[in-house]
Amino acid sequence: MTEPVIKAENLSKQYRLGATQGYKTFREAIANATKALFRNFGKSNPQSAIRNPQSDTIWALKDVSFEVKQGEVIGIIGRNGAGKSTLLKILSKITKPTSGRVELKGRVGSLLEVGTGFHPELTGHENIYLYGAILGMDRWEVTRKFDEIVAFAGLEKFVDTPVKRYSSGMCMRLAFAVAAHLEPEILLVDEVLAVGDVAFQKKCLGKMGNIAEEGRTVLFVSHNMGALSAMCQKGLLIEQGQIVYNGEVKSAIEQYFKRLESRSHLELSKRQDRKGSGACRFTRLTFEDESGQPLNTFRSGQSVRVVLDYESNYNSNLHAVKAAISIDHHLYGEIFYCDSLTTGDLIHEIPSNGRLVCTVDSLPLIPGSYSKSVFLKVGSQIVDWITGAATISVEEDDLYGTGKLPTRGIVLLPSYSWSTVEN
Amino acid sequence: MMKTAAQNLIIIEPKKGWTTIDLKEIWKYRELLYFLTKRDIKVRYKQTVLGGLWAIIQPVFTMVVFTLFFGRLAKVPSDGIPYPIFVYAGILPWTYFANAISASGNSLVGSANLIKKVYFPRLIIPASASLAGMLDFFIAMLVLGGLMGYYHFLPGIALLLFPVLVVLTFVCAVGVGLWLSALNVEYRDIRYAIPFLIQLWMFISPVIYPVSMVGEKYQWLLALNPMGGVITAFRASLLGHQPIDWFLLILSAVIIVLLFLSGVFYFERMEKTFADIV
Repeated sequence: MTEPVIKAENLSKQYRLGATQGYKTFREAIANATKALFRNFGKSNPQSAIRNPQSDTIWALKDVSFEVKQGEVIGIIGRNGAGKSTLLKILSKITKPTSGRVELKGRVGSLLEVGTGFHPELTGHENIYLYGAILGMDRWEVTRKFDEIVAFAGLEKFVDTPVKRYSSGMCMRLAFAVAAHLEPEILLVDEVLAVGDVAFQKKCLGKMGNIAEEGRTVLFVSHNMGALSAMCQKGLLIEQGQIVYNGEVKSAIEQYFKRLESRSHLELSKRQDRKGSGACRFTRLTFEDESGQPLNTFRSGQSVRVVLDYESNYNSNLHAVKAAISIDHHLYGEIFYCDSLTTGDLIHEIPSNGRLVCTVDSLPLIPGSYSKSVFLKVGSQIVDWITGAATISVEEDDLYGTGKLPTRGIVLLPSYSWSTVEN
Repeated sequence: MMKTAAQNLIIIEPKKGWTTIDLKEIWKYRELLYFLTKRDIKVRYKQTVLGGLWAIIQPVFTMVVFTLFFGRLAKVPSDGIPYPIFVYAGILPWTYFANAISASGNSLVGSANLIKKVYFPRLIIPASASLAGMLDFFIAMLVLGGLMGYYHFLPGIALLLFPVLVVLTFVCAVGVGLWLSALNVEYRDIRYAIPFLIQLWMFISPVIYPVSMVGEKYQWLLALNPMGGVITAFRASLLGHQPIDWFLLILSAVIIVLLFLSGVFYFERMEKTFADIV
């Protein structure tokens, strides 16, 4: 069959940001309505009525077009916030596109987050039916596959236990087991393998492979490049809401890393979104490894040198400088802050033009996406401050030589060990 | 075996403004309505000692307190029947209605995770929240049966109207619940307004007093409150102490249908933005 089962044309999705995002209160709505009323009466300055739409909106997807044929397994690749999840949300009808159109042929099953809809007070048995109904299965279908689902999850002994007594891994297994038996013609999967033990991950990948062999179409979002290249024939690389590559999965992954690499140098001189007097400004941000080689990708536990070029309009050397870098996570906020004052560095004068280097011996970050801010103060004056100067993406690394990384916590300790002491 | 693809063409496009209701889609997900309702019922009294007894305790104690204060002390008239049975027959539909609009009004916000991660017709969420309270209502009905036996009330032919009244109460609760839940997604003020609304609404409904207490000139005003006609007819159909006031009831029914339809349309209009703003 060569007919496409998914056909997306010029798909775009715009989100509102800032103060207007999320819910409003009546007070705001009433205030806005009143303002609108006066505006209509006055008709003085129609321009002022329209808020600058650029400043508080963001295009999560912009003019995305692609086709998928039946039986294809497509990997969707991109950095966090690139628009992958938004794309899957549109395809699974959770949210409407702002413009554009998609045609889907066949029953769509989506697995965007495993286990949403489970009720902790209900037993595994009850939750299987509930979750099945949420995913669009009918009772008879669930009954028919019930034993298979329970066996796949390996939870035969716990079917009558309330889910609140399950471990998070057990929940995950149960949810994936239900979803995997949905038998949709098009399956959308978002990053579900990020949790769970290795054995179960393998089982899930195997199941997804089976689904593909049966001629079903799978769209699969993951940061696990190994799984992607093993499972998918084609890859869709998304960057800032646009498809930048659509083709063979191996080349898509290559492209993905290449594009990360091109991010190791960042021009800061043209950045407008900065605070401070501007008497001294950062012009360039470079990441290097310990030997001075530019760094493409970051790995947990890696040593990193952050090189900051700066220029100033002072004629003499700068005194009483405080330079700082902070690392932020989108969920947890500021994770750490390294300033030169606490370590007692740079307390003597520094040249008026030059570069500052901040050396981090071992990056204590768990895999994920972080934003980096840079700050410079001379004397009592803040001269330059760029929030979100760079976004860094930290990839997994076999830091402890066991193939495992901690699954909890927001940072990791690059070096620790356990031992016993005899009494 | 897989169905042929052409049978299942889904088109996703931006939709603006008022849309038609996809009844076929809602029918397809009827199982979900069943399971969500079942979930709400099962979960309600989990890990409580008294369990389903709560469905009886609440209206019975309310009846006792109301009888003491309104019946005995304030001497509120009760259309010539004992005040306890008069007020209990009013508390029953009212309690159901109040619990249902409170539960469904908060239901969408409470299911934010589900809405953001899974697709299904969102209407099912407030509908199931309203439906789940029905069981409590029927449990509490048993006590009314007991009271009727004690006070020797025998329902007449008007009892045939009872199922219709239950459906009307449900439709009214869903209608109000749709409005409140959809508004609540955008304006969190609603969460705080709901308890307040319920309290005020009870006082303008003939729960603790009969319609006859209000001067004849203003009785039609009571009918504008759709629960007014329903509660009055509810009492008359079960206790048979007075004829059904058809004018009041039909007026209420018309308002309920309008409330429901407008609720459905407003809900459908807002539905597509729920996942983005909830």
